[in-house]
Amino acid sequence: MASTTSTTQAKAGARRARSRFADRAFRTSTLVISLGLIGLLVFIVAVFSGDAAKIFHAFGLDFITGKDWNPVTGREQFGALPFIVGTVVTSAFAIFLAVPVAVALALLLNEVSSGWLRNVLAVFVDLLAAIPSVVYGLWGVFILLPVFDRHVEPFLTHTLGKVPVIGALFGPNVSGGTSGGDVFTASVILAIMVLPIVTAVSREVVAVVPRDLREAAMALGATRYEAIRMAVLPYARSGIVGATMLGLGRALGETIAVAMVIGNGLGIHASLFNSGYTIPAVIANEFREASGTGLHRSALLTLALILMVIALVMASLSRLLVRRSRALVSEAPPQEERSAVAPEAEVSG
Amino acid sequence: MAAVPTTMIPFGVSRVRRYKDRAFTSLLWLCGALAMLPLLFIAGYVVVRGVAALNVAFFTKEPTAPGLPGGGIVQSFIGSGIMVGLAVLFSVPLGVMTGVYLAEFGGRRVAGAIRFIAEVLLSTPSIVAGAFIWAVVVVTLGSFSGLAGALALTVLMWPIMARAIEEVLRLVPDDYREAALALGIPRWKMILRVVVPTAGAGIFTAIMLAVARGLGETAPILLTALGNNFINVHPTQPMDAVPLRIYNYAQSPVISLHPLAWGGAIVLLVAVLGLSIGARVLANRQQRRIR
Repeated sequence: MASTTSTTQAKAGARRARSRFADRAFRTSTLVISLGLIGLLVFIVAVFSGDAAKIFHAFGLDFITGKDWNPVTGREQFGALPFIVGTVVTSAFAIFLAVPVAVALALLLNEVSSGWLRNVLAVFVDLLAAIPSVVYGLWGVFILLPVFDRHVEPFLTHTLGKVPVIGALFGPNVSGGTSGGDVFTASVILAIMVLPIVTAVSREVVAVVPRDLREAAMALGATRYEAIRMAVLPYARSGIVGATMLGLGRALGETIAVAMVIGNGLGIHASLFNSGYTIPAVIANEFREASGTGLHRSALLTLALILMVIALVMASLSRLLVRRSRALVSEAPPQEERSAVAPEAEVSG
Repeated sequence: MAAVPTTMIPFGVSRVRRYKDRAFTSLLWLCGALAMLPLLFIAGYVVVRGVAALNVAFFTKEPTAPGLPGGGIVQSFIGSGIMVGLAVLFSVPLGVMTGVYLAEFGGRRVAGAIRFIAEVLLSTPSIVAGAFIWAVVVVTLGSFSGLAGALALTVLMWPIMARAIEEVLRLVPDDYREAALALGIPRWKMILRVVVPTAGAGIFTAIMLAVARGLGETAPILLTALGNNFINVHPTQPMDAVPLRIYNYAQSPVISLHPLAWGGAIVLLVAVLGLSIGARVLANRQQRRIR
């Protein structure tokens, strides 16, 4: 009798030990795979850094400041300034176009409109994020670019081009011919592409502004415009800057749509109506010839590293700013939860 | 004591302030209208030009020699299917395991670090994933391949899946976990037999979104799978994909290839938008059921 109890106890103990072992093994394996994600990032940076070291050893800072890009073996010269300038200019102009519309949309969707129209509008903007970039590029090349080339850009040259200081941005096309693509068209396409993500993040920060503040402003007799300007925007400001950063990070890395409409020209011009070139575009256009082990390949991978670092900085800054915007709000008195907006918008991009 | 509707402007507001308010509201609506234009224009052109290019040969034939009429892009559909399929095969187990760790086990520090890295990878431009696989796989093996394309997509899809699956696992009520543990089953079994299946529909929508993303990616596929004019089902050889074909044809000087690019675009757009809308509808329905 005593012996059977002890064997059942022993069996139960063994089973418990086994399941504890299985638990630990399962937990460890999920941890190892999750750490693989960190390993992946480290591996990517390590691979690119090896090439970057080679490039900076050979060219020093000329890689950043130089304007000559010549991958011909024996006469290699790699100065990436045209790509860096092109990337910064297209992204900055795209953000300049997209952010006001995105903020207006966020206010419209959260503060003004209601009912089915609001839902339709929200879905329309969200679906823009789902369109593949090659479809944007196709539309840009065959539809938008000809219209811009023939009508919009000459018009802007005749009007805005005459304004002092900013007129230089809208000067005539000197990079040769028409319809080869230009920085302006690329920026407009980019602006459309980043609109959904900037709108989604702006909506999020506008939505968490306490309702009491708006109601207090309105109770004091403020119109809706005044309530938004004095109660909503000050709270949402740093979050909106964060949304801008995130959009900028997206715009910097966009490859195919930009490569198709920017014209891929190496010159640096003041006017947006000239062709340009960006970092992702040059990687996509030149990797075929660079598959050997030469400096050309290292140059392209160094560009990929630069791109990655900038995108990382932008994403981190954005997170910080959005979080600060939320913290600002959480100091205010608690309030009813407002309906959350498009939580998946950040994932689908 | 009925509440004053917020849209009503109180009496005694000066005319200037009222006009300012009106002007501001109109400006917002104008921006709303402006934001609706791109989708209408893009979808409209893709539908009109794309439908004209569709026929049976488009879906069943390889491309003809340049300049000759007819032909299709069947190799692109097959290639896209294989590469996205392989990427799902790789990234779903990785994503589920990472999501399980983050939602069920994660200590604060480690999980926080992993979440941060996942976010960094999410914001990494997709061409960087392509360049990485190109440098590590393509250059090392000496050949572009469908497998390399699938790996590049996996780099993009893993963090997406991990974060999405973490979210859906968190939606599973703790009662389920406690009930299962109270019955005496070990934790790993509780997670794999109770928590993950309960979140199954949510995991499915996460996969749908990831597939939509993978189908539309051009740059990472370009750098790794390169493209192919013929049907190829061997993952070790260069493979075609629909977005790649659109990219090449759109830039081709051969004008007769341009309609084929639009044909590819409508198929791609329908697939991607269909998956995104489907995932959204499913997610809404699930949320309603949980409430």
